[in-house]
Amino acid sequence: MTEPVAELRGATRRYDRVVALDRVDLALAAGQVTALLGPNGAGKTTAVRLVLGLTRPSEGSARLFGRDPRDLAVRQRVGIMLQVSKVPETLKVSEHLRLFSSYYPSPLPAAEVVALTGLTGVEDRQFGKLSGGQKQRLLFALALCGNPDLLVLDEPTIGLDVESRRAFWQEVRNLVTRGRSLLLTTHYIEEADALADRIVVLQGGRIIADGTPAEIKTGGAGRQIRCVTRLTDDELAAMPGVRVVRHDKNRTLLVVTAAERVVQELLTRDPSLSNLDVADATLEDAFLALTAAAPAAPASAMPSSEARTTCPERGSR
Amino acid sequence: MTGVPRRWRLRLYALECWYELVKQLRMPMFVVFALGFPVMFYIFFGVLFGRGSAPGGGSLGTYYIATYGAFSVISSALFGFGGSVATERGQGWMLLKRASPMPPEAYFIAKLAVSLLFALTIVVLLTICGMAFVGVRVSLPIWSRLAATLVAGAVPFCALGLAIGYWAGPNSAVGVVNLINLPMAIVSGLWMPIEMLPAFARGVAPLLPPYHYSQLALATLGAGRSGSPLGHALVLVGFSGLCLTLAYAGYLRDEGKTYG
Repeated sequence: MTEPVAELRGATRRYDRVVALDRVDLALAAGQVTALLGPNGAGKTTAVRLVLGLTRPSEGSARLFGRDPRDLAVRQRVGIMLQVSKVPETLKVSEHLRLFSSYYPSPLPAAEVVALTGLTGVEDRQFGKLSGGQKQRLLFALALCGNPDLLVLDEPTIGLDVESRRAFWQEVRNLVTRGRSLLLTTHYIEEADALADRIVVLQGGRIIADGTPAEIKTGGAGRQIRCVTRLTDDELAAMPGVRVVRHDKNRTLLVVTAAERVVQELLTRDPSLSNLDVADATLEDAFLALTAAAPAAPASAMPSSEARTTCPERGSR
Repeated sequence: MTGVPRRWRLRLYALECWYELVKQLRMPMFVVFALGFPVMFYIFFGVLFGRGSAPGGGSLGTYYIATYGAFSVISSALFGFGGSVATERGQGWMLLKRASPMPPEAYFIAKLAVSLLFALTIVVLLTICGMAFVGVRVSLPIWSRLAATLVAGAVPFCALGLAIGYWAGPNSAVGVVNLINLPMAIVSGLWMPIEMLPAFARGVAPLLPPYHYSQLALATLGAGRSGSPLGHALVLVGFSGLCLTLAYAGYLRDEGKTYG
């Protein structure tokens, strides 16, 4: 087996009394896209900081390519995009790229980076005069310019509109086909689904699920039932096998482990039930089920605002 | 750290310094404050009083090059070094740099180099103004010693700027600099000769680093007040050490913080 690209072993990080990361074991395989998924405050950024050697673990260890992440020779193999609000505003795009490229022994040609990240035409513009999306692209370009073996992107599409986000995903996919490894954090489920080979779900500083998007979907939940019913949320949540209850525009959505049994019970208790529809759970359902099972899942971290989670009293194992 | 090709490293340092300079020169406010104001003040006071004789001999015009030079170097070090560290730390830029393979010292070396370059520019500009408008005449060996002292004296104030940059928030750093810069300069005798200040100020001045800095500069003109240059220099070295310690403590504090 090849050596992991990045590795956390029993990594715990405490800030004062808050435990941001709690005995996390994580090893990234070469050539894979790994997404750290979780609500705000789940410990994603802390995990990235430990991997990058920006913060020391309180316990346990962090390694990059088998070495101390603070080693410059190791850092030369890593490209990073952090949640940075601004870079110096009076430097031009091309100047930022030239400077950052100089940190790496064999950087990509600037023209190639510009083309890959869609910055063509604004090379001579100062950072302060770029649009929000262009600024984000420059930060991505800085991550890429050193031609790294591992890209670490911390919430790369935060603050981008849907269209720019999809364009960004396309760029990332193109890059990954070149055999790079990628670690990204996100609280957009769609993003993890679109990009990742492997999803690691973090909640309250712990890994609560780890697998391919397909595995997470089935392991976390199973099926999704949609219907119009007059049963209350509390009644629904109390049914055996129901893990999450939420609503879309007109219908109630149930994330369940055993669809047949739940359907039977629904029809028995509500003969007026209509518009019934059973499907595979989406990643979002799985995520909701997973985080609802762990204590205090903040529903606000979900991208779809109409989604409402009810913590099931039973059926949550 | 070892094994990195030396030429690659030199190029990196050179680019870091160059873009630090470019970055600061493109900020009009900074240039006006760092270079414009000192020249204006010097010309104003120099033309009014510059032909009088300075305490301890020589002309006030020359004396003012030392004291306004010291004031300007301090201001540009505090604003340029301290202000930019505070801003870049607040915006997360410093964190990205720290995570990058940039050798950590490159960031500070670049800022220091630019501060020293600004200091030299200030001394040259003031000297030209002095010769053109105030009739200053100074021999090359004496001028060289004065310039070297003024430029080297930027270091302790860069260290102070660094400490402020690490401890004050990105929005309050400039306020803190403003709060301490001008009062410290006036009481230390950088605006008018310390002999003309009230007894109170003369008593407090030896507690302030700018006093020792300006006395060192004046000593090169033979116009210094009492006290040996070595004593002044030691005070400044100790002060630099204190500031660097504070800055390092701030750096460690940053490392333990959550950020976003």
